[in-house]
Amino acid sequence: MKSWIAFWNILMKDMRNYYLKPPNISWGLVFPVAWTLMFFLKSPTKVDVRELLPGVMSLSVLFGTTSMLAVTMTFERRSRSFERLLLAPLDLNFLMLAKTSGAILFGLVNAFVPVLFASFLTSLSDIRWLPVLGAVFLIAVTSTLLGLFIAVSVKEIFEAQTFSNFFRFPMIFLCGLFIPLQTLPLFLRPLSYILPLTYGADILKSSINQNGQLGLLVNFTILLGFSVALFALSMRNVKRKWIY
Amino acid sequence: MDIIEVDQLTKRYGGLAAVDQISFSVHEGEIFGFLGPNGAGKTTTINVLTGLARATSGSARVSGFECAGEIKKAQQIMGIVPDESNLYEEFDGFENLCFCAALYGMQKGAREKKAKELLEKFGLTEAGGKPFRAYSRGMKRKLTIAAGIIHDPKVLFLDEPTTGIDVASARQIRQLIQKLNQTGTTIFLTTHYIEEAERLCNRIAFIVGGKIVRIGHLDELMREVQHEHVVQLAFAEGVSNLKPSIQENYPDVVVEVPENQTVRLRSSQPMNLTPFMRFFEQKNLPVYEARIMRPSLEEVFVKITGIELQKMKQEKEGKGKQ
Repeated sequence: MKSWIAFWNILMKDMRNYYLKPPNISWGLVFPVAWTLMFFLKSPTKVDVRELLPGVMSLSVLFGTTSMLAVTMTFERRSRSFERLLLAPLDLNFLMLAKTSGAILFGLVNAFVPVLFASFLTSLSDIRWLPVLGAVFLIAVTSTLLGLFIAVSVKEIFEAQTFSNFFRFPMIFLCGLFIPLQTLPLFLRPLSYILPLTYGADILKSSINQNGQLGLLVNFTILLGFSVALFALSMRNVKRKWIY
Repeated sequence: MDIIEVDQLTKRYGGLAAVDQISFSVHEGEIFGFLGPNGAGKTTTINVLTGLARATSGSARVSGFECAGEIKKAQQIMGIVPDESNLYEEFDGFENLCFCAALYGMQKGAREKKAKELLEKFGLTEAGGKPFRAYSRGMKRKLTIAAGIIHDPKVLFLDEPTTGIDVASARQIRQLIQKLNQTGTTIFLTTHYIEEAERLCNRIAFIVGGKIVRIGHLDELMREVQHEHVVQLAFAEGVSNLKPSIQENYPDVVVEVPENQTVRLRSSQPMNLTPFMRFFEQKNLPVYEARIMRPSLEEVFVKITGIELQKMKQEKEGKGKQ
């Protein structure tokens, strides 16, 4: 019970201090609109909003969570307020779950902003929402943990931003959202299969447009595996680098 | 009973030993001072004891809990006030205290009640609704200490609590430390202000270059440099002309007249003051104050460590201003 009180208060603090700040809310709204507009402008033919939805949702989550967690953690490390959390009688795994929960929730909300916009433009009635929710959640988890991995590796906030992009931009083009995996050069394909976003995007494509490749069970199993492995790796790094 | 036990503790960063095989214990209910220059290993020791760093070898226990394996249990009874105020700039004073209480699992009602009490105790009630970033340095220190004791810890670690703050706030903080100790809280205090340690601490350890060079009660440490007994007598009238006559009557003592109305008597043995009092009475010069002069802790520190205090202070204050 005591741990849950701490968990809830850490989550609420992060929400209030970081995620619900006006610039972040506007980011959550502007980002999906900008991506959607980009495809409309780029395409010479009529664009199907539903075709764009898996990509825009995935990118909204990816961009929202990775940089947010990396930046906020680095900021708290710099101001030493993170020490206050490390000094609290909270299990380290539980503490990191509390810290990542805010970013995961932020990612979830970001993902459904394009859905809201799309609902005004097209019918979304035959979408399988349960797998969509599961995929968005797991994309948010893996992206957040990637943000944590970045936070542990850097000391300055600008490094967190730069390092995030180092991972994110290749992921956009290698995860099969915009360039089908089958059309990627052979030597790049193994890279695609080691990206969690590939599997999350495939679930979204299956559930929204029925054009996924790998099957839900395979995708969910691999994504869950990535989540557990990334959490374990992040915790190892946190213990090694932050409790020195 | 010992509440902190440190045995042969070593902490290395690469090839450098920040703390090198130190051993000491802190008794329950005392104020224990940890004195040393910059880079001596004071903060590293606190970090190992509080769980922010892992020992390379040796052991450290707080309230019987091993800092290596049971740190989360030990943290339940610890309060920690770091050398820099590290509360949340966006929160106001009240919210900061409530948040810190929540980290120890306190229920909403209990943490709000305690936060209000502490704001009042620390003279911050009016500032309680202002954001932390708007606080003065002294107010920030006070609120950070309040945050450290919100859960009524048995042991409070205070790392340089008065560095870089104004005299009035420093004085208030020292009074608060004494009051806390009177209510049973054990205090582990690091400071570079020797006079602060002298005024507050029951026992003191000097740490230099990662090694504890001396540890003991204040009196024991003082005795190390007290090779002679000094008594200073004060008069209402000038007495400088009496110096040869006093010296002649009492050849076993060294007589000094540092000021016109003051006589200082030095002896290798404890002195019986009755003959001196009679001597001055016969001269119709009543003594209105007699004071035993003791060496200061500063002298003890300089003698034991060979470190000039002024240099140490300048280094620290320079760091505090940055």
